[in-house]
Amino acid sequence: MLNKDKSKIKEISYAKWGYIFIAPFFIAFTIFQLIPLAQTIYYSFFEYYRSGLTIIGPTPVGLDNYKELFNSDFLKYAGNTVILWVAGFIPQIIISLLLAAWFTDVRLKIKGKQFFKVVIYMPNLIMASAFAMLFFALFSENGPVNASLVSMGILKTPFRFLASVKGTRGLVALMNFLMWFGNTTILLMAAVMGISPSLFEAAELDGCSPRQTFFRVTLPMIRPILVYVLITSMIGGLQMFDVPQILTNGKGSPDRTVTTLIMFLNNHLYSKNYGMAGAISVVLFIICAILCLLVYFNLNPTENDRKIKRRDRFKPRKEAING
Amino acid sequence: MKKGFKAVLSIALAAAMMFGMTACGGGGGGDEGSAEAGKVLNVWCWNDEFQTRFNDYYPEVAEVAEDGSTTTLKDGTVVNWIIEPNEGNNYQTKLDEALLAQESADADSKVDMFLVEADYARKYTNSDATMKVADLPGVLDATADQYDYTKEVVSDADGNVKGVSWQACPGLIAYRRSIAKEVLGTDDPEAVQEALADWDKFAETAQKMSDAGYKMLSGYDDTFRPFYNNDAAPFVEDGKTLNIDKNIMDWVAMTKDYTDKGWNNKTSLWSAEWSADQGKDAKVFCIPACTWEIDFTLTGNADPDGTQDPEKSAWGDYAVCVGPVSWCWGGTWITAATGTDNADLIADIMIKMTTDSEILNKIAVEKGDFVNSKSVIADLAANYEGNSFLGGQNHYALLSDSAAGLSLKIASPYDQGVIEKMQNAMKDYFDGNVDLDGAKANFETSIKEIYPEIETINWPE
Repeated sequence: MLNKDKSKIKEISYAKWGYIFIAPFFIAFTIFQLIPLAQTIYYSFFEYYRSGLTIIGPTPVGLDNYKELFNSDFLKYAGNTVILWVAGFIPQIIISLLLAAWFTDVRLKIKGKQFFKVVIYMPNLIMASAFAMLFFALFSENGPVNASLVSMGILKTPFRFLASVKGTRGLVALMNFLMWFGNTTILLMAAVMGISPSLFEAAELDGCSPRQTFFRVTLPMIRPILVYVLITSMIGGLQMFDVPQILTNGKGSPDRTVTTLIMFLNNHLYSKNYGMAGAISVVLFIICAILCLLVYFNLNPTENDRKIKRRDRFKPRKEAING
Repeated sequence: MKKGFKAVLSIALAAAMMFGMTACGGGGGGDEGSAEAGKVLNVWCWNDEFQTRFNDYYPEVAEVAEDGSTTTLKDGTVVNWIIEPNEGNNYQTKLDEALLAQESADADSKVDMFLVEADYARKYTNSDATMKVADLPGVLDATADQYDYTKEVVSDADGNVKGVSWQACPGLIAYRRSIAKEVLGTDDPEAVQEALADWDKFAETAQKMSDAGYKMLSGYDDTFRPFYNNDAAPFVEDGKTLNIDKNIMDWVAMTKDYTDKGWNNKTSLWSAEWSADQGKDAKVFCIPACTWEIDFTLTGNADPDGTQDPEKSAWGDYAVCVGPVSWCWGGTWITAATGTDNADLIADIMIKMTTDSEILNKIAVEKGDFVNSKSVIADLAANYEGNSFLGGQNHYALLSDSAAGLSLKIASPYDQGVIEKMQNAMKDYFDGNVDLDGAKANFETSIKEIYPEIETINWPE
């Protein structure tokens, strides 16, 4: 009797329920992400596309897709993507840092902080495609921006933003900047507010100027968050698609200078060219992984730091013992 | 009770997690509306041109849904409109997917009828996806009066007609009467035709327009079709080689010249600026257009508020003439999808909408469309009192001769993609962003992206 009860109690395993409840996630992940991922890699070694209503392939072609990929303008599109991302990211990080420093500065006492936080975050709430449509209309030849520039006498004839390389790239960068600087500001503000106030007080007592405080105290202290912002923005930048796609109506014009890597991928999917599209995806995945690792190890030396610090901490004691 | 609630909540949360994961994968779908009464007729098209014609003129129409997505017929059949925009081969790609799934789809979600354009009609008429018109009761006999070229382009290799159209599409030059009067001294179509009789005279007139402060044309692509339609051979004949005709390069040279001289307004086809250039205040003299564009494009752009008032819009300020060359721009064909369960209804729609002389006559008089019936057009050429949008001109009399000689022999299944990419690539050249070789290279890149089977691209000379 007693034994039986004991064994019953033993059988009640709460871990089982844990597994059951996380199972849906893993099932969905496997079906909708893991299997497609494996298939993408698999089909990148095949010739597999649709010609009219006939499906060509899949025929294994080894590394042909990759060869063709690197013989195409792949590097140009990679360059476009980097240019578009950097042009948007540099103003974004500068403005965000500035705003974060101002908003968190106890001595400035900015009024209506909450209001500004909401306002700068707003552009991020609009769908990227809707935002791009809006810019397309605003900056078109007959659009309000040109109309006001001409009526103010700044321009004599309307400037065709979308027919000029700098104009189009500038618009994409501007949109990415507008959409993301609010988000970055809020992240950086949280980081700055996480710094112990005693550090700022100490800096003040030591006679730090606000600039010195910013560069010597704030920046080093928020480095982990900066790394996080850089990595997420970089991944987002590599996957840049909706803004340039909608703004240029899928053409990536002028002269394909606004064609990003994902737009290039999308072009191949028009003919359902799974082989080439797979190859691009795999290369993108590898680039993304390498970049992330590089950034992570270069900008986030926390592990090493800690080791060094620990060593420093122990050193005097050792000396004391030895001495 | 509490336990039960907890279990339900946990399951709900777990399910929510699953949906959170998959939400992005969804999309598409949409036409789950099942038929309660009668059958469902799924019609695929890329704009609302045929839909409007059908709702206005098909006698069996009982009711149109408020959002326009369905039309109910008198016998209870629901016509489901599936509209996918054409650009970037989007319509073809979506349609291909539906047609490839045709066999496994259930009766109410099969594609029953789909519309095709000349630019890719052959892709479908050369496949098993379309039914022979001969297999649809009564249709083939009824089409005897239609223009031959409208049957040619939708015939398969063995000569079986696979689709029917309610329109023939002779090309024309639509011009502004007021500008013609001011610059050329007359708005009479015959006199204006004199001034536009060939491309040299066209250029002379363009110079005059430029001197008077007007633009000859709106954009780059306006003159593409007159050149392309007179190509010597189809772009792609063997499925592997793309041959660019000398005509296309003539278009490129002419357009670059016009652009550099400031004779056009640097717009692209279908853009907002292009549409605005057809309005009352526009400074653009003419637009090479097609008969279907009169109702579908021109009237709307010339008279955006629908006033039909010459004081407030360009209504009545347009006239048409044949222009430098005779040409046509496609048209829209109705085809029956293999596997449809509504063959009789489709046959009736085809007969009523494309061969019934009473309906066609009404479409011609009310909409200015050049309908696909030799006898109706002959009758109109003699007796039509004139189109008020065209300032009372009887354009049927003008175009009835050229319509008989139209041809779409150069149509190939690849034309939509080729034309779109050509116009895109050359736009950079016209805008001065690349040189001609750069534009050619960009064109070749785009073609290899959308048509991986094309191996070589030959340029003239």
